[in-house]
Amino acid sequence: MSNDARTQIRTFITTKFPDVTFSDEEDIFALGFVNSLFAMELVMFIEKAFGTRIPNEELHLGNFRSVALMADLVARQTSAAVG
Amino acid sequence: MTNVGVVGAGVMGTGVAQDLAQHGHSVVLVDNDPDALDAALARIELECRMSRMLGGPQVDAEAVLASITTGTSLELLAETEVVIENITENWDLKSALYAQLDVVCKADTVFVANTSAIPITKIAALTSRPDKVMGVHFMNPVPMKAACEFIPGYHTSEQTKDVVRALLDSVGKKSIPVNDAPGFVSNRVLMLTVNEAAFLVHEGVADAKTVDEVFRSCFGHPMGPLETADLIGVDTILYSVEVLYEQFNDSKYRPCPLLKKMTDAGLHGRKSGKGFYVYQSMG
Repeated sequence: MSNDARTQIRTFITTKFPDVTFSDEEDIFALGFVNSLFAMELVMFIEKAFGTRIPNEELHLGNFRSVALMADLVARQTSAAVG
Repeated sequence: MTNVGVVGAGVMGTGVAQDLAQHGHSVVLVDNDPDALDAALARIELECRMSRMLGGPQVDAEAVLASITTGTSLELLAETEVVIENITENWDLKSALYAQLDVVCKADTVFVANTSAIPITKIAALTSRPDKVMGVHFMNPVPMKAACEFIPGYHTSEQTKDVVRALLDSVGKKSIPVNDAPGFVSNRVLMLTVNEAAFLVHEGVADAKTVDEVFRSCFGHPMGPLETADLIGVDTILYSVEVLYEQFNDSKYRPCPLLKKMTDAGLHGRKSGKGFYVYQSMG
């Protein structure tokens, strides 16, 4: 699930920013090619693509700084939904 | 707490309604399109949830939504103390609306035009209460912006200015007074800048990303003019440039054909999912 989530999230970002290269662990906000408004798009994408509603306490930039952190967030939400 | 009517559930009206509700005011949001009202409430809920993430305060989305009543009838505005109008930048639409507002609202209700370029004095002349009409040019996204242009019309009374200034103070907005003129200060400059940036793309001098990169990297602007156009709405940019052209009769305000084509094609920016850039839509 986590690898699948990483792939989907990475595809979403690279479709928007095809010229940028970054690792799954890199802070995409620190790299400077996205702004905070893109964070809102990331939230909308994740909620739609993975059929989850991210709780308020998880809605902070720290969870969206990298592909890996977003995939971890998705894993937490989906396991919480199952459990 | 003020009972405020907000007319027009587009980008600006939605932001104004959210900001007022976040600060404890009771809001009646009216639009003739029920789908626009549904979209506005969904947008407000998302914006409230996202507030802390975007550097704002923690916002209780449920409490904000509970402060907002929506509907398609202007009659819902009968008991409001202030009405903030945010409809499309189109003179025929504004003319029809203000005539109706003048009838359905109480005689002492203050009208605030959140217009992009149409002079406030011209709007006030549509009503029987020109002393109770003034302009406020809110910036987008409204809840995140700390200041706005404060534009009295020729007949606006001191009392009306006090009412509107107090309302703006209550939502933490600094009022910057400017005199009434087409486009005021901000849009007289900004709309021409965006229009000229669109011409650069139209003529193939640079693509949108490159134009914005120049403004970001060379001038240190947080956003370039075409990203800004997508945020405001490409259609709104076009209508505002057209108003400036009509008001001044000066060819320097001629709208870029690319803005017309994009508006016709529905490429209106963030709100439609595509403009100069592509976005994740809410649907």
